[in-house]
Amino acid sequence: MDTSVETLVNREYAYGFVTPIEADTFMPGLSEDVVRAISAKKDEPEWLLEWRLKAYRKWLTLTEPHWANVKYAPIDYQAIRYYSAPRTAKPLGSLDEVDPELLKTYAKLGIPLNEQKLLTGVAVDAIFDSVSVATTYKAKLAEYGVIFCPLSEAVREHPDLVQKYLGSVVPYGDNYFAALNAAVFSDGSFVYIPKGVKCPLELSTYFRINTADVGQFERTLIVAEERASVSYLEGCTAPKRDTNQLHAAVVELVALDDATIKYSTVQNWYAGDKDGKGGIYNFVTKRGKCAGARSKISWIQVEAGSAITWKYPSCILQGDDSVGEFYSVAVVNNHQQADTGTKMIHVGKNTRSTIVSKGISAGHGNGSYRGLVKVLPRAENARNYTQCDSMLIGNKCGAHTFPYIDIQNPTATLEHEASTSKIAEDQIFYLKARGLNTENAISMIVNGFCKEVFLNLPTEFAVEAQKLLGVSLEGSVG
Amino acid sequence: MLEIKNLTAKAGDKEILTGISLTVKAGEVHAIMGPNGSGKSTLAQVLAGHPSYEVTGGSVTFLGQDLLALEPEKRAQAGVFLAFQYPVEIAGVTNAYFLRAAFNEQRKARGEEEVDPIDFIDLLEEKLKIVEWGPEIMQRAVNFGFSGGEKKRNEILQMAVLSPKLAILDETDSGLDIDALRIVANGVNKLQRPDAATIVVTHYQRLLDHVVPDFVHVLAGGRIVKSGGKELALELEARGYEWLEDSAIAGARA
Repeated sequence: MDTSVETLVNREYAYGFVTPIEADTFMPGLSEDVVRAISAKKDEPEWLLEWRLKAYRKWLTLTEPHWANVKYAPIDYQAIRYYSAPRTAKPLGSLDEVDPELLKTYAKLGIPLNEQKLLTGVAVDAIFDSVSVATTYKAKLAEYGVIFCPLSEAVREHPDLVQKYLGSVVPYGDNYFAALNAAVFSDGSFVYIPKGVKCPLELSTYFRINTADVGQFERTLIVAEERASVSYLEGCTAPKRDTNQLHAAVVELVALDDATIKYSTVQNWYAGDKDGKGGIYNFVTKRGKCAGARSKISWIQVEAGSAITWKYPSCILQGDDSVGEFYSVAVVNNHQQADTGTKMIHVGKNTRSTIVSKGISAGHGNGSYRGLVKVLPRAENARNYTQCDSMLIGNKCGAHTFPYIDIQNPTATLEHEASTSKIAEDQIFYLKARGLNTENAISMIVNGFCKEVFLNLPTEFAVEAQKLLGVSLEGSVG
Repeated sequence: MLEIKNLTAKAGDKEILTGISLTVKAGEVHAIMGPNGSGKSTLAQVLAGHPSYEVTGGSVTFLGQDLLALEPEKRAQAGVFLAFQYPVEIAGVTNAYFLRAAFNEQRKARGEEEVDPIDFIDLLEEKLKIVEWGPEIMQRAVNFGFSGGEKKRNEILQMAVLSPKLAILDETDSGLDIDALRIVANGVNKLQRPDAATIVVTHYQRLLDHVVPDFVHVLAGGRIVKSGGKELALELEARGYEWLEDSAIAGARA
């Protein structure tokens, strides 16, 4: 009965190409010398080198975590190259100086860096392997006092801000991958929104891994001062390769009184082939601190790529009346594995959090939701709402839910809803009987399932996310 | 328009259609009646291409095409519409989005341009009148939390939007109260065209009081055991199906 669905073609990953560009790439291997060399490449101040070295020494004492519901062969950290930059990359005065080969690459990815052709209202920082190669609309943003630049540039231009906030939410020794990142991070985006400013543009970073064997360890830091607000989006792709590549990023968000940060991710790293060969290991630490009263941090993620995803974008709700949100769609197809969720740590009074997680498992994919809601003793009247839904497509995939709850204040109110459903042949047939082909039928059903999350994405990207979901699930019903 | 010849089909190992032959011309309304388990709904589903049934023999030609060779969506695009006995719920997808997607898929298949959301609203306004609905229904998720009657009305609304050449109504009258039955039946009547045909699959006479068939066929044991005009439906109402089943069994033995 499934022949009609089984014969679907599996569309190729459209971003799997390699850019032929001369790169300045380190030999594989990790040591204190490598850490020093990265720091030297970037001409960093002493305090930052010291911070990196502390992180490296801490990392040596840690062991790789294996509590996540994912399986993979041991990672050889000495086989990874910790730095790779296009040869031409240097501090750029304007976009005209960007290597045409790089501009072509980003155009091919649908991210034209030419400002006239850009999505209106979106400024982009383009990160290629280990370095930022272009940032658009910097001048326009500067008029508002908004800083949006590569982190390496911020270290030079705004050292006080960076030193104040770097590691303030995710300390260098936070966990194994965060420590590794702190030791070898190469670049990333820095965003600073001054008091009372509503960022006039959507900010976006586009991450691209190009060089083989290279690990990408970017670090993003976003600070919103009192009454500031910003919406930020990251996108990611990588070439198709037979070997696995490590991406261990750190994102830190800081929201002061009445500030709002919305951080959206559309993650489409190469997921490996149909048999599970190759793909990106996406081991990421993302955390936001609602440091001020009435501040708000929202994480919205659409996780469609990567061979393995391990990430828990979290909120520390420290300020009274602060709000944390986590809206997630995580898709696993073929042999993909994802263990993702969030942590909501209620510290302040009247803090509220919302968690909406939609997991979709297809093929041999294995998806897990893992979430912690913690209410500390001082957090009077904390409230959490959690909704956790899983959809199974086919009968070889898995969906798991690991909710953890730790309540230390009796005034807390928590609600938890969960469901698991199987995409029904009857739904597909119903839509086919109205003229939709199988792909469009599945896409419609899945998008309906994820609607609450997509409604929270910036509109320009909601459409992209829906398409991405359709492509990720092609050939998934059998 | 539709030519079914000696059609046989099974679900799993169970033979359900044992040899159906039926010719339907444009402008005609055919009623397929019969007791439970006679194969009425199976015939409707097989014509729409439901993957749970395997066609084991015979042929179906629709407007000169081999219907059985087509995927369900191609059949829909060719103008076949099945009003489901049990319409399916699709959470999170609005009726408006779903209907426009279906409408545009069929237009694309005919090489016509897609209709944008604004123009589609105009078109819908007309169609909603047919089922006596206001525009609110379009913002609800497809059949989600609909009552039984609303689901059936929604099927007729879809039929109105898609204006099929062959509409197959599978027990559309089951579970309807008097008002809903009237609305559904009126809808079906309004949608009849000289170039389109309707097959009404039903267990009871009551829908046929409103939608008057040109021909009535009685199914028993997976084949048509008796055909006649609309008066046959009345006879069935009065006498039940047993007398036909007996003769069908007798016929099968002979």
